[in-house]
Amino acid sequence: MTKSELIDNLAAQQAHLDLAHRDVEEVVRTLLERMSVALAAGERIEIRGFGSFSLHYRPPRLGRNPKTGESVALAGKYVPHFKPGKALRNRVNRAFKTPPHPSAD
Amino acid sequence: MALTKADMAEHLFEELGLNKREAKDIVEMFFEEIRAALERGEQVKLSGFGNFDLREKKERPGRNPKTGEEIPITARRVVTFRPGQKLKSRVEAYAGTER
Repeated sequence: MTKSELIDNLAAQQAHLDLAHRDVEEVVRTLLERMSVALAAGERIEIRGFGSFSLHYRPPRLGRNPKTGESVALAGKYVPHFKPGKALRNRVNRAFKTPPHPSAD
Repeated sequence: MALTKADMAEHLFEELGLNKREAKDIVEMFFEEIRAALERGEQVKLSGFGNFDLREKKERPGRNPKTGEEIPITARRVVTFRPGQKLKSRVEAYAGTER
């Protein structure tokens, strides 16, 4: 599912909210931007039942220029990290272990 | 202080003028839509932010940390997140005081 498919799916489901497709597009853009701003400021994101995003530190290291073989000092940096929440873990794994069957339910 | 769904709904109210009820619903639906796609076994690609990928893990030996008893960790499917280049470069520069 791409971002535009996510927007289409949301637009199709939110009839009760009466938002135009363009509004849903703005919503998705605004939410992802707000999440990016939080992480760029070193703030965690905690969404119950979905998961949490935090920053992990990568210490400085000696890298190598793959073309010249020369070593280059790389500074320490932070990278975004996602830890899936319990509900997400269970749903993904349950669907994996018991694939949907037409005669089920 | 962590960013929560309530903060995100509040932000939609302030930025886009959605009413609070709508904002709360659409934030809930946004995360539910991503969960549902992953549950269907679909990768989720949000350009500029990152991809939620699915990985299948084989069964491997494990141990009950309390009793030391050996119990296999069953085969499973797990979600991983790969941040996009844009998010990575925005975060890289963060010079936090704490690790």
